[in-house]
Amino acid sequence: MKVLLRNPRREVEIPGGRRVKDVLRDLDVVPESVIVIRGDTLITADQVVDDGDTIELRPVMSGGCR
Amino acid sequence: MKCTKCGGKASIELRRHNAAFCASDFVEFFRNQVREAIRKYRMFGRDEHVLVAVSGGKDSLALWDALIADGYTTTGLYLDLGIFDYSVESHAKCEAFAESHGVPLIVSKVADEVGAPVPVIKQVTRRPPCSGCGLSKRYLMNRVALEHGFPVVATGHNLDDEAATLFGSVMHWQTDALPRQSPALAATHPKLVRRVKPLYRLSEREAAAYAFLRGIDYIVEECPFAAGATSIAHKEILTRMEEASPGAKHNFLFGFLDKARAAFERAEAVTLNECTRCGQVTTGTVCAFCKLSDQVKRAR
Repeated sequence: MKVLLRNPRREVEIPGGRRVKDVLRDLDVVPESVIVIRGDTLITADQVVDDGDTIELRPVMSGGCR
Repeated sequence: MKCTKCGGKASIELRRHNAAFCASDFVEFFRNQVREAIRKYRMFGRDEHVLVAVSGGKDSLALWDALIADGYTTTGLYLDLGIFDYSVESHAKCEAFAESHGVPLIVSKVADEVGAPVPVIKQVTRRPPCSGCGLSKRYLMNRVALEHGFPVVATGHNLDDEAATLFGSVMHWQTDALPRQSPALAATHPKLVRRVKPLYRLSEREAAAYAFLRGIDYIVEECPFAAGATSIAHKEILTRMEEASPGAKHNFLFGFLDKARAAFERAEAVTLNECTRCGQVTTGTVCAFCKLSDQVKRAR
């Protein structure tokens, strides 16, 4: 499966057939710091992503002067 | 995971609420939180024209979308900071949003008002870029609102922003900053426009989810000057705490607002004057914005 990461934008290939929460843990991404996108919808941490899937881990943190 | 409300497939889990929602019920949840914020702090009425400060990011565009959906009369204000491609892209996002929603957008350029864009201000002042940027934004938001007759400015500050600001203030015991931290700041001077933060009950993850589910095309890339900002470091700490203890940010901010803020408010006694140069409100003789503008002019 492909995982799209941002800031900087990059793509990593990892084995599928795992839950989102396991993917996040393996990539050392704090679940509260991203929304997880598959296609045109959001998916929760308990959902399984397969080998052929592409998901985006979109960061939600913005900062500097607000 | 199932939607707490309808039992359908959930799109997002909100651990601090011990809930999960499908897309449509989450959108309704988000709007209800905005409604509750406006009601609780009497931010504005149905008869008031709201100036919404937009940056092209998820928070401000999500806020604008939610206010439009609820039938409020709004105008957007985009402040062009002149930060290279980042400003070009964020400006384009705001223009596209305004056009697709059929709402007006005012654009004000920091370079026209201060004499230089934010990257040059950073060089001239030799201070963190967020310092001059934040000062310019607050000043111009108020001035534009006054000039156009808007009674209130709404910004996209969310729960994470407010918790991080509070964390920073408490870390340094900036007791003068604490009474000013509120979801709604009243117009305490004829030349100060009311400022409100209708997203203060919503996390930035919730704002990002709302923006995505509503199909809002927002700028995902971070401001190039934000890397290393103290506010980001504070947010990262708080997000780790939230991960370990859902509701931590909420409890920190809401506890302050409900139990502690009033004590610091009583301690504050500030005299407001009008700047002898521009006429805007200041606690001194010449306002910080005019001083910044002078500094930029001298250096160029």
